[in-house]
Amino acid sequence: MSSPRTLFQKIWDSHLVRPETPETPAVLYIDLHLVHEVTSPQAFSELRQRGLKVRRPDQTIATMDHSTPTTPRGADGRIPVTDAQAAAQLGQLVRNCADFGVPLFELGDAKQGIVHVIGPEQGITQPGMTIVCGDSHTSTHGAFGALAFGIGTSEVGHVLATQCLLQSRPKTMEVRVDGTLRPGVTAKDIILAIIAKIGTGGGTGYVLEYTGSAIRSLSMEERMTICNMSIEGGARAGLVAPDEKTFEYLRGRPGAPAGAAWDRAVEQWRELSTDEGASYDTLVTLDADSLRPMITYGTNPGMGMPIDASVPDPADLSEESQKAGLQKALDYMGLQAGQPLLGNRVDVVFVGSCTNSRISDLRVAANAIRGRKVAPGVRMMVVPGSQVVKRQAEAEGLREIFEAAGAEWREAGCSMCIAMNGDQLSPGQYAVSTSNRNFEGRQGKGGRTFLASPLTAVASAIRGRVADARELVEKLPVTPGSPA
Amino acid sequence: MEPIRSFTSRVVLLPIENIDTDQIIPARFLKVTDKAGLGEALFSDWRYNEDGSQKADFVLNHPGSKGANVLFAGDNFGCGSSREHAPWALVGFGFQAVISTFFADIFRNNALKNGLLPVMVEPAVHQKLFADLRANPAAEVTVDLASQTLTLPDGGKVSFPIEPFAKHCLLNGVDQLGFLIGEEDAIQAYEASRPARVVTSQVA
Ligand code: SF4
Repeated sequence: MSSPRTLFQKIWDSHLVRPETPETPAVLYIDLHLVHEVTSPQAFSELRQRGLKVRRPDQTIATMDHSTPTTPRGADGRIPVTDAQAAAQLGQLVRNCADFGVPLFELGDAKQGIVHVIGPEQGITQPGMTIVCGDSHTSTHGAFGALAFGIGTSEVGHVLATQCLLQSRPKTMEVRVDGTLRPGVTAKDIILAIIAKIGTGGGTGYVLEYTGSAIRSLSMEERMTICNMSIEGGARAGLVAPDEKTFEYLRGRPGAPAGAAWDRAVEQWRELSTDEGASYDTLVTLDADSLRPMITYGTNPGMGMPIDASVPDPADLSEESQKAGLQKALDYMGLQAGQPLLGNRVDVVFVGSCTNSRISDLRVAANAIRGRKVAPGVRMMVVPGSQVVKRQAEAEGLREIFEAAGAEWREAGCSMCIAMNGDQLSPGQYAVSTSNRNFEGRQGKGGRTFLASPLTAVASAIRGRVADARELVEKLPVTPGSPA
Repeated sequence: MEPIRSFTSRVVLLPIENIDTDQIIPARFLKVTDKAGLGEALFSDWRYNEDGSQKADFVLNHPGSKGANVLFAGDNFGCGSSREHAPWALVGFGFQAVISTFFADIFRNNALKNGLLPVMVEPAVHQKLFADLRANPAAEVTVDLASQTLTLPDGGKVSFPIEPFAKHCLLNGVDQLGFLIGEEDAIQAYEASRPARVVTSQVA
């Protein structure tokens, strides 16, 4: 009998074209390669220079998301790109995909969207696969029990040309979350708490596997929110073992197997869990019962705290470099040590990004804002993760709810998560954002980001100040939480 | 790629922890389709004023930083986005090595593919080096890939880890894509042993 293995090890073993040796890394086979406009042009150029083809265009798919405008369509139904540089980059992707035979969801296409939203949505993200993209949030797809991680542009070229990567085996970390979330506390709060606990570098060198009763009880889209931010703890990948929810989510999606092939696939997917007795290199635990809504106060995702806590004091830290790091962050954020964040000014509320722009996120946000108003002086933007999500939300009447509340309803894309497309904060503005990065300038030069859940974002939009989602939930007609 | 040899240089001190790739090169500079010229945008938001003039107090703008090709940074350098534009910008500016206590995984991989050495040292060495360089900013260090050693200003040597394969490629100018292409037979055998998991044209 073979020795017990972790979920990670099973996927790793089954994708070895060549195992690792003391001199050479493993040659790892990649099942699905996702491509977007920002990190691929130089890789396609490399292929052209060397006269190479894309080895498996049938295992590659491209979308446009980062530099695409989310402004309304023109009378002709097209989304105008006014930034010449962005237009050139998008045009380059169109040419590259045409020349190399790679399927592309172009701007305006009915399936276009954020790269990490479209994979699961189309059912091409499946358990047991290896998935890569020139994008660090590829970890999102790990929610399906796929080994999914971000790569650089050189490696994008490697995968385009050979469908393989040279990889050293990472270590494994079990992140066990047991218990039951309180009302107003969400998947986003779980992952913000984990990152606050391990720090932004704590997962470096590891693949995380999220386990425990709290993870099991999450929907697929909530699991995606968690896996999405694995990279913010330094881990390239995060995994959740597939279960009935995973299979139900995938059933009937365009890229999923059908008929007898579906039954065979599910049978294989059921094998994808960590064996009894298999061991991880390290363990981190979190108690869901005692979790409160989380928010970040600083300039990396590890600088997070319960929403009703006070901003930490550099004087309480032991190391000089840590003191300096925190002080620098507080200076940038315009915050004082010891102050509460509740009640802090808010200029912009952003609901979107590959962390929280799926239909269940929008349902939660719409449910919370229904019949209420965005506070005067606050701009709230809702940016669906894909055109499919957008149409679904519109069909469910969510658009009207947001617009009646005074929020902007936009086309699909990364938008203010990365501020490449003109959607950005002005210097000094404060945003409560459902995205994943609060780095200096991430949402616009000089802009200041508080990362939080969609519920916290809505609560803050209504108050016009940083607000506690739990107050809102008490007054809600229906308990939030999504069946999706 | 040119093989990497040992080099000696002054050091630019940027003792900040968790320097993320959005600081190394902000996203608005990623709308390019080639690698050229990114050195100009390196640390852009820290380096330039609103009007494009240089911020006199930022270390890259100090006269002593000119020509230096080693950067000293705090823990966890290169966290965040996978953008290879980060090492392209560092190399474009003239850096050949970054010294830190540890590096984010994707950045480290990207750096090694561009001849930028991630020199990882123990926290105690890191602290002492910082103190020594602050006291004597003109002091030099030597980075030697073949022996994997960093020679400190006081003449002491410390070793740093580099994956054997990456080292082999850097020392001999071996190109990793070429290496992978050389695995064609093994890749074909693997593919023959199992059907593709998905067919993307099916959803497009
Ligand atoms: S939404 Fe943000 S984090 Fe996600 S892929 Fe787009 S830019 Fe990256």
